[in-house]
Amino acid sequence: MKLSDLLRETYSAISMNKVRSGLTILGIVIGIGSVVAMISIGQGAQGEIEANIESIGSNLIMIMPGMQAGVGTQVRSGWGAAQTLTQEDAEAILENISLVAAVSPEISKRYQVTAKGTNTNTSVIGVTSSYPAVKNRELEIGSFISDQQLKNLSKVAVLGPTTRDDLFGEGVYPLGQKIRINKVDFIVIGVVKSKGGTGFGSQDDMIFIPLSTAQRFLSGDKYVTTINAQIKDQNLMTLAQQQITFLLLERHNIFDPQMADFSILNQSDIVEAASSVTNTFTILLAAIAGISLIVGGIGIMNMMLTTVTERTREIGLRKSVGAKNKDISSQFLTEAIILTFIGGVIGVILGWLISFVMTKFFDITTVISVFSILLAFSVSAAIGIIFGYYPAHRASLLNPIEALRYE
Amino acid sequence: MIELLNITKIYKTVSVETKALKNVSFNVKDGEFIAIMGPSGSGKSTLMHILGCLDVPTSGKYLLDGRDVSQLFDDELAEVRKNKIGFVFQSFNLLPRATVIRNVVLPLVYSNVPKIEREKRAKEALFNAGLEESHFNHLSNQLSGGQMQRVAIARALVNNPFLILADEPTGNLDSKTGEIVLEAFQKLNFKQKRTVIIITHEFYVAEHARRIIHIRDGSIIKDEINHHQRIIKL
Ligand SMILES: Nc1ncnc2c1ncn2[C@@H]1O[C@H](COP(=O)(O)OP(=O)(O)O)[C@@H](O)[C@H]1O
Ligand SMILES: [Mg+2]
Repeated sequence: MKLSDLLRETYSAISMNKVRSGLTILGIVIGIGSVVAMISIGQGAQGEIEANIESIGSNLIMIMPGMQAGVGTQVRSGWGAAQTLTQEDAEAILENISLVAAVSPEISKRYQVTAKGTNTNTSVIGVTSSYPAVKNRELEIGSFISDQQLKNLSKVAVLGPTTRDDLFGEGVYPLGQKIRINKVDFIVIGVVKSKGGTGFGSQDDMIFIPLSTAQRFLSGDKYVTTINAQIKDQNLMTLAQQQITFLLLERHNIFDPQMADFSILNQSDIVEAASSVTNTFTILLAAIAGISLIVGGIGIMNMMLTTVTERTREIGLRKSVGAKNKDISSQFLTEAIILTFIGGVIGVILGWLISFVMTKFFDITTVISVFSILLAFSVSAAIGIIFGYYPAHRASLLNPIEALRYE
Repeated sequence: MIELLNITKIYKTVSVETKALKNVSFNVKDGEFIAIMGPSGSGKSTLMHILGCLDVPTSGKYLLDGRDVSQLFDDELAEVRKNKIGFVFQSFNLLPRATVIRNVVLPLVYSNVPKIEREKRAKEALFNAGLEESHFNHLSNQLSGGQMQRVAIARALVNNPFLILADEPTGNLDSKTGEIVLEAFQKLNFKQKRTVIIITHEFYVAEHARRIIHIRDGSIIKDEINHHQRIIKL
């Protein structure tokens, strides 16, 4: 039996029972469609989280005071927590480790901030002039904190766009305005551009002031809460992390690395941890969708079994005119595969539409990957074969005499 | 040439053993028109299944066109049916909701005849089976019983088989349409010298054959030339 004949027989068999074929296809469409949509949502979330982490800056190593802590464990930070890192540590890292391109020590705490009667609660971060380069921030208007202002302990502030809106309302020119943080007056000298990101806390709601000013007027001590170090080469992150660790252990007179009074987070570790979380999320979504795919497959099997029973006499007739067992089984198997294939194609389109709607109307980032489409197709083909095989096999084994006699 | 030698068929179920055919032997020469006649339960259908290579005998030898086909496997039997045998059934067994042409073409699908030739051969077979050309593209379930059986005869012919086997071909038809069908068989036998074997329990039907084999309880009780063959002229 030629392939073209097989396809023609399949076509006429499917079109002879349009309603049932349609319902069977629908089962597969829902299954494949939800798998594609779910994976696209999962991968979209993954991409967004990774982009968020990347936007913090590139090739970053973050050093925080406190005990060693891995990713995902609570890192104690903020003023009043462990106080072990200083600006001198940051400078030593830059001076002694050639892999480090720049360092940006910072000190941060939330404060009630007021301006002309309005007030807001926001993070106030003491930084140095290297901050914009290390943490990937650009200015919208004005200028950032200069080395001169650091030296002079100037009371100047650079606002995040959300903070500016909270304090002055939209459309008000903020430069030169006065704000009050913890009873100290600051002059606004700049506003940074929005980073837009969601999750991970907004990076747009914060106020930058000179590190020296923050230490003198707000914290009253010489400690910092984070040292960000930017590494020259992404491939040397681990080496740089080791060198920083050794340097700080030495500077802090600690001999046992287990007793380190600081912890180091490597940006790639954070990315890895976050993607393993979103991976699990994607797999979970796909598994839920996979269940509907299995239900669709059982639908195929159910329909094929019914078809075989209904067409018993036809099978007997085909055998009497010379069809071999293989001819019969390939006919029914082809039918099942074609049905799932059609369902697969429509399902991919449906899944694509769902993720399009998600992105368009619900602002959920989705990613349709070639992988998910290939997966959907191979899964639907496999379902056709797996769930079509048994009915096809049963049909092929029918005895022609009994099949012809079947009422 | 067909030769049956001591064909025995035993059906075994859990509790009983039925000897449906007991040492049946006879020969069929090419171009014969034979009726196998007997009452219900006498073993006619069993004999036809063996003649038509739908089943194999428990013992005995069956030579079809010189080849022993009594011990073949399923797929080998299918091959023989495809090339040598054309069946006509009591209940027509047409594909419903398929056109007349598609029904007749069906056996050719399994023997890899090129598509262009199929239709030509189907029309030729339909013509020989006596169906008017205006019905060729009708759906098979829109036809009358007599027309359906002629489509079935055309389907049996289309492979140019060695033997045409009909099991009670008039059983579902009234006597007038039955005659139309019997006439079609006679024409195939007279004009095309086709070997035809009809299985029936009615003497009236058997009368149309040139030779009548009487069977009872699985044995041949009489094998005679029918000197009074009833010829239908319509
Ligand atoms: N598949 C079968 N299993 C068991 N017994 C059968 C089977 N087919 C036929 N028989 C028995 O064999 C005998 C002959 O049956 P059959 O050839 O159908 O006779 P006929 O066609 O002349 O009515 C009957 O007794 C019938 O019950
Ligand atoms: Mg019978």
